[in-house]
Amino acid sequence: MSSEQKILSTDGIPLEESLKQAEKKNKIKAFLLVTPLLLFLIITYIIPIADMFSRSIDDKMVTNMLPKTYKAMEQWDGKELPPEEVFEAFYLDYKILVENKTAGKLQTQLNYEKNGFKSVLKKLARKQKKFEEGNYKEQIMKVHKRWKNVDYWRAIKRRAPAYTYSKYLKGVDMYSNEDGKIVQVSEDRRIHRILWSRTLEVAFFVTLFCFLMAYPIAHLLATLPMKYSNLLMICVLLPFWTSLLVRTASWMILLQQQGLVNDFFVWIGLVADDNRPEMMYNKTGTYVAMTQILLPFMVLPLYSVMKTISPSLMRAGKSLGATPGVAFFKIYFPLTIPGIGAGCLLVFILAIGYYITPALVGGASGTLISNQIAYHMKSTLDWSFASAMGLMLLTGVLVIYWIYNKLVGVDNIKLG
Amino acid sequence: MALPKYTEPHYRVWHYFYLFVCGCVFFFLIAPLFVIFPLSFNAEEFLVFTDGMKRLDPDAFSTRWYKDMIYGTKNPWGLAAKNSFIIAIFATIGSIILGTLAALGLSSRHMPYKGLIMATLISPMIVPLIISGVAIFFFMAKVGLAATHLGIILAHIILGTPFVVITVTATLSGFDHSITRAASSLGSNPFNTFMKITLPLILPGVISGGLFAFVTSFDEVVVVLFLAGLDNTTIPVQMWTGLREQLSPTILAVATCLIVLSILILLTAELLRRRSERLRGINR
Repeated sequence: MSSEQKILSTDGIPLEESLKQAEKKNKIKAFLLVTPLLLFLIITYIIPIADMFSRSIDDKMVTNMLPKTYKAMEQWDGKELPPEEVFEAFYLDYKILVENKTAGKLQTQLNYEKNGFKSVLKKLARKQKKFEEGNYKEQIMKVHKRWKNVDYWRAIKRRAPAYTYSKYLKGVDMYSNEDGKIVQVSEDRRIHRILWSRTLEVAFFVTLFCFLMAYPIAHLLATLPMKYSNLLMICVLLPFWTSLLVRTASWMILLQQQGLVNDFFVWIGLVADDNRPEMMYNKTGTYVAMTQILLPFMVLPLYSVMKTISPSLMRAGKSLGATPGVAFFKIYFPLTIPGIGAGCLLVFILAIGYYITPALVGGASGTLISNQIAYHMKSTLDWSFASAMGLMLLTGVLVIYWIYNKLVGVDNIKLG
Repeated sequence: MALPKYTEPHYRVWHYFYLFVCGCVFFFLIAPLFVIFPLSFNAEEFLVFTDGMKRLDPDAFSTRWYKDMIYGTKNPWGLAAKNSFIIAIFATIGSIILGTLAALGLSSRHMPYKGLIMATLISPMIVPLIISGVAIFFFMAKVGLAATHLGIILAHIILGTPFVVITVTATLSGFDHSITRAASSLGSNPFNTFMKITLPLILPGVISGGLFAFVTSFDEVVVVLFLAGLDNTTIPVQMWTGLREQLSPTILAVATCLIVLSILILLTAELLRRRSERLRGINR
């Protein structure tokens, strides 16, 4: 039999080819099953997240408010005071804004570029009603002597580009100054860096507390006989299934100044009745409530790993002369590391983006970066800044997710 | 867990200390839930235990907050509950259909780029809710679905599918594919095979994934806060508003109802999990 003679399937096609075709068909079949969800997610979720990026660098706000000015400024080299046309165009643009009562936005935006711009613009808004036609340069410069300072005109021009990374700089409390250098904002205005470090700090300590509390009970659940551990498991699963807002509400009741926790402290004589500590609306409240809420997410992965560790390993260690402590640290603990990794990463990821609980029990000193994003989405309506901050947070989370995927594998996530 | 007789005293002490720590942690986990229960029957308007309640005086307890929840004038809870159930039920159905199909594809060994696709499908569970909220809000506003039930349902399908994908994939991991091949060889078409053979076997996984999706939707507040108008308010949104403005005992009555609901869901999920393990032949 020569090697060229191939095995044929019943319909005369070489078997190898026939197998390949079947394989391909199966591949397509499997892919088609996933397609509806994948397409749905890509359209409604992945693309909108990517779209946040273009929103975060898109900065046409000022350009749209001063269209004539930027047109007129095209010829201006920025070395000396701009010519009459620029003044006229600016007067016309600004008049419309004042009439439409939208000048406030421009004042704020230009004040970011150059400190003190706001008052200059406000004065112009009041005075320009009496302006006569023609020779706007003279008239504007008469309103405030700072209009003679070329720096203010440069600030307007600098604000022109439609795409900017300034929102990202603002997210870490930096900005590019008049000379285009990137510098830090003055010390008393560095609020975002505090928020970033607080978010990391809270996520880290919540993860640590969860680990310290979850390890013993996961061990107990894994070693107890089935009939007891099933009962205790309900203590872990019931909070897991209960509404987040219900759990936060219960902490608000417990931690208030006349609440049960304070009552208990007074009763055991830890604090005086008229000197009850404030445990809510600050970081303490955030820590306590978040730890309790995220604890099940640590217990469940630990439990599922510990369940697989055979008790005979510890017995073997002890019979070979190890003390229980040594046996624990040399045998049991290393075997639980996959569970520790899974639980810690999961809790950290969840904690870093937490919003509801800090907003309710955190007060001013316990809010996190998510609360700042929501604040800009709902109150200041600076959506491009909110997008920029969101993407910065998302990058951090995706890095951890990637590590999680490498270490644990997303298909190993277990629920309940 | 009794200690053997030969245990040395200091290990004995250590062991009881360990049990004590575990007890404290369990208490920390479960006790906060039970504070709400008695306080929701408070006759007064305060959220603290009154002296009457501490003496177990029957007059200090009443069901007025429950009556207020159901019959109270200008009370948003009726509308909120209706919306919550409508949104959660449709979101669950959507998540189950899309998630189960995807899980079937993903657990086929022929699936290309399995890791990448799985990571994408799970991502709504991992990405912080606030970012999902912002992104989904921009999308829904663009296509004109903001402040509609449909928009919120679609958003909750996004958030709910990862749970269905995870639970159904887990159920399918122990699935014996030769059964479906046997069915095909006996002349069953793929649809019938799925309905008669595969679905009954993976049903526990599908239902428990559906429960997760239901709870996710029913409890979700961040995305709804961005998307909802006045007509689409849900129970969590109302609770959120109530907790921010003034903590009235009516909220505790609602919270108690929610705890009862979660106990029911927990029991269902536990029964399903055990049934699924029995079916898959996992014995411990």
